[in-house]
Amino acid sequence: MLIVIGTSLGGLQALQVILSGFSKNFSVPIAIVQHRHKSSNNNILIDLLQEQTYLVVKEAEDKEDILPGYVYLAPADYHLLIEVGYFSLSLEAPVNYARPSIDVLFETAADSYAQQVIGILLTGANHDGVKGMTRIQARGGFNIVQEPTTALCPTMPSAAIAAGVASVILPLSDIAPFLQTIITTRN
Amino acid sequence: MSQDELEDIEIELFLEAIFRYYGFDFRNYARKSIKRRIWHTINQEGLKSVSALQDKVLHDNESMKRFLLNLSVNVTSMFRDPSFYLAFRQKVVPILRTYPFIRIWHAGCSTGEEVYSMAILLQEEEIYHRCILYATDINQTSLYKAKTGIFPLDLMQEYTSNYIQSGGKTSFSEYYTAAYNNAIFSSSLKDNIVFSVHNLASDNSFNEFNVIISRNVLIYFDKVLQSRVHKLFYGSLVKFGILGLGRQETIRFTPHEQDYEAVEPQEKIYRRVA
Repeated sequence: MLIVIGTSLGGLQALQVILSGFSKNFSVPIAIVQHRHKSSNNNILIDLLQEQTYLVVKEAEDKEDILPGYVYLAPADYHLLIEVGYFSLSLEAPVNYARPSIDVLFETAADSYAQQVIGILLTGANHDGVKGMTRIQARGGFNIVQEPTTALCPTMPSAAIAAGVASVILPLSDIAPFLQTIITTRN
Repeated sequence: MSQDELEDIEIELFLEAIFRYYGFDFRNYARKSIKRRIWHTINQEGLKSVSALQDKVLHDNESMKRFLLNLSVNVTSMFRDPSFYLAFRQKVVPILRTYPFIRIWHAGCSTGEEVYSMAILLQEEEIYHRCILYATDINQTSLYKAKTGIFPLDLMQEYTSNYIQSGGKTSFSEYYTAAYNNAIFSSSLKDNIVFSVHNLASDNSFNEFNVIISRNVLIYFDKVLQSRVHKLFYGSLVKFGILGLGRQETIRFTPHEQDYEAVEPQEKIYRRVA
């Protein structure tokens, strides 16, 4: 199983809330695309997220194995792609003006993990992620969209809801407990 | 059988056909990335499936050329990741100074921006005259551009900023002449650069090198092909030779992990020790 999260404007706070809600033994790997400037300092973002979670936060490296207990962040200025069991990186052209692009992460996750994917779309000011969620839905995966009124910038979650690709719409504070419950139940 | 499984078969057949007919071996390229670029070509050609593209590409050389162009990701810039060049200046150049003669291989040089950057750096460190830079790429069109040493003028502001951050010692504008919308780089930079076609997926080593630079090239290969290329690099480096990879690449998940030590781990600069 694999959780993929996409967010843009306002994403840092939203990610902090979600990651702080997972227990130490949370058993599903998490891959995140957070839009940011290409020369932004990745270490600061990692530190700010690491402070909030028991899981290990790190930048994904090329061909790195996808393991439980880890939160992998797409590096600035690279697309993050999911192969079966490991990551690949790419410098293909930006998608939706973004590199990393949420659509690229979600679509490749859906291709590699099909119904084993949980996609999560959070606050953001553009439409990246909607196509990716469409693919996740088509492959039998599960999509969680942040309730737009709880988002700093509702554009991105609203676009996913309008496209009809949300399996469930949850307020930000309910997302981690919901995941914790369904993962535990599954085990 | 699902639609996905069917498409996986189509992609395998497509890549096999291209290899057997045109000799380009993309069979061990990272699958998700090449799939995206295959679909990009399918849409561009107004087709509906991988099989349809196979039919077209096999019978129409021009569409094969377009596919090849879509496959090469030419994202590069001069002094890309300036901190890499700064570390190279500070940590690697002192080692190179001890050599009477220095061979450097830029494997997958694309349109040449990073090779010219290296040439500038070596000139400033006053060891360029002892170096030969072999700049290779699979793509002939990219190499042709690289050989001209002409880059768009509107990029010079970004490149100047990169150059300064990389520890540049003079004014970046001294290296080029502006003409129309182009920056024509000084031909002295090219004196010791040899450009040639080389395919990392199928060709062998052609020399022994003191330095191999291959940044953001191997990310497009799967683990099998990456291992092959790392074996090639390892076998082509002299003992204590330097290997420079891209910012998010690592020697860690390869069979040669134990054969290198990090010179500058953050910048992915390694030194062959075994």
